[in-house]
Amino acid sequence: METLEMTQEEQFQARIDADVRIEPKDWMPDAYRKTLIRQISQHAHSELVGMLPEGNWITRAPSLKRKSILLSKVQDEAGHGLYLYSAAETLGTTRDQMLADLHSGKAKYSSIFNYPTLSWADMGCVGWLVDGAAILNQVPLCRTSYGPYARAMVRVCKEESFHQRQGFEIMQTLCEGAPEQKAMAQEALNRWWWPTLMMFGPKDEDSPNTAQSMNWRIKRFTNDELRQKFVDMMVPQAEFLGLTVPDPLVKWNEARQAYDFGEVNWDEFWAVVKGNGLCNRDRLGARVKAHEEGAWVREAAMAHAAKRAERETAAA
Amino acid sequence: MQGDMEFASSENPALANYAPAVRQQLFQFVLQLADTSLVLGHRLSEWCGHGPILEQDLAMANIALDLLGETRSLYQYAAELEGQGRTEDDLAYLRSATEYRNPLLVEQPNGDFADTVVRQFLFDNFHYHFLKQLLTNADERLAAIAEKSLKEATYHLKWSSEWIIRLGDGTEESRQRVEKAIAELWRFSGELTMPTALEKELQAAGLIPDYAEIQAGMAAHAEQVLAEATLAVPQQVFMLTGGKDGRHTEHLGYILTELQYMQRTFPGLTW
Amino acid sequence: MNQSEWPLWEVFIRSKQGLDHKHVGSLHAADAQMAIQNARDVYTRRQEGISIWVVESKHVHASNPDDAEAFFDPANDKVYRHPTFYQVPDSIKHM
Repeated sequence: METLEMTQEEQFQARIDADVRIEPKDWMPDAYRKTLIRQISQHAHSELVGMLPEGNWITRAPSLKRKSILLSKVQDEAGHGLYLYSAAETLGTTRDQMLADLHSGKAKYSSIFNYPTLSWADMGCVGWLVDGAAILNQVPLCRTSYGPYARAMVRVCKEESFHQRQGFEIMQTLCEGAPEQKAMAQEALNRWWWPTLMMFGPKDEDSPNTAQSMNWRIKRFTNDELRQKFVDMMVPQAEFLGLTVPDPLVKWNEARQAYDFGEVNWDEFWAVVKGNGLCNRDRLGARVKAHEEGAWVREAAMAHAAKRAERETAAA
Repeated sequence: MQGDMEFASSENPALANYAPAVRQQLFQFVLQLADTSLVLGHRLSEWCGHGPILEQDLAMANIALDLLGETRSLYQYAAELEGQGRTEDDLAYLRSATEYRNPLLVEQPNGDFADTVVRQFLFDNFHYHFLKQLLTNADERLAAIAEKSLKEATYHLKWSSEWIIRLGDGTEESRQRVEKAIAELWRFSGELTMPTALEKELQAAGLIPDYAEIQAGMAAHAEQVLAEATLAVPQQVFMLTGGKDGRHTEHLGYILTELQYMQRTFPGLTW
Repeated sequence: MNQSEWPLWEVFIRSKQGLDHKHVGSLHAADAQMAIQNARDVYTRRQEGISIWVVESKHVHASNPDDAEAFFDPANDKVYRHPTFYQVPDSIKHM
């Protein structure tokens, strides 16, 4: 009977604290709804834009097997974007609205995709490092408080599991190959290591929304916690490959039972977030172009569906 | 090059039954089929990330993946027929444009969505009817490949036929675009069923299907789909040929430049 | 904004013969036929299904969460509807 005296907001928080999922038609605070829409759509946009840096190597993949794997992986990303847009749509927004926000620059996507893919080893690094970082973020979200988001993430994580492995396999093949292949792998790691650490977002003290999001269980670890986990996971894998992580400060700390590592270049991080990465304009430009050039196709399908429905009604 | 052997089977005992000259001819023909699926799959994969809507991005990637799967089975068989130790990747990545045997249609650029749909429709229409005949083919291995691919091609043809109808009977703009695409691409459709000297010999030997029946099936389907799309079937089109004999449009060179970039830049390595 | 966004559809998949169709997610399509094909391309890429249902989302009617207590709590005290409510002598088998 206690619950009768709680406010709607308190009841909502009590359900979240009890790990009860929130479903679309349940009451929720406006701020929760808005934060979720922003977070899920940002995640969806990242999948969508994330297709581009890898997509640009599908036509250059070095074997038919690699070509098939890469194409199916990039296609999966389209699927993941779709699942996530659908989850956000249950909160009362539309995909069109979310895309409009992406295209106008109002909505963000992961800055990692504003870095260029320059060699085949980048396909290895994107799978191994970037997907590896993404998985650390995504696995806890399978237990996030909003039902449709959690269910979408379960599907994403299930499909994503081969992505990191294929990336690692590319790296391993390169590292076990000819000297120029090994050099290619090291050069790619040098370029991707720091941007990947940036994927976890600003330091905790510069991330003011973290506490509220953790309370709502739409975020389950802080940025710095995840970054540390990532370094602890990746340094031994790099060693296994015989590659050197481009950070002289990386060192095992026996007391902390974790790796120490250097400071991310936050100036670069904010520059890329604000639109000054090498590929920001190309990436957004490509998305806008695809959407605009697809407009007549989408309209034609709707017009045809309307005509057909009309004919069926007339015939009935 | 160290090839990927995961799908390679042991020497097919049936191959021993072929006279060396016939085996060489069959090798050339299987290569032609493999090149065709590869080049079209490659073209479709260029759409990945740039489709008109996410759902169709996924659909086109699925078709491309089917074609790449078929490509690999065909190159693997071709490599066995040749018997020189070349792998599927050697055949795809180390032959020049004039050695490629795909018909001209599949190397044509993606253009807009209407161009891609028309190109796909023309090919799917052939592919479907051709595979149906190949099922009862004298060569068992080709028949087995056809059995798997026919299921895929049936879906492809459904996809492209429905899009022809949507675009033809959609908006004024979509109609104009699809008409333009048909005017541009129809002239490459004749080559699909116009037998080359090689194909004539293999047909005479009963090793590959005759194209007359295939052509009839294709014409009937095209007529039906275009009628539903309220589009006219082009008449008396001058048909361009040459691809199946290695005389290509200039587009193929650029496709191969990208496709073969890694293998040409770093010869002999494993990826 | 583009006025012609394709409508949203809910997708239900039967994963294997003998099982129910289960809700798996949603997608956009211009018509039912396209919705089924899109569902095939989006939700069955890893052999997840053998049969697909689609329903345009606007046609799904749901119970109101505010009614949940009145709807579902009254079933709480009907323990006699469950087999474990009844004691069966140990010597009786197959019941």
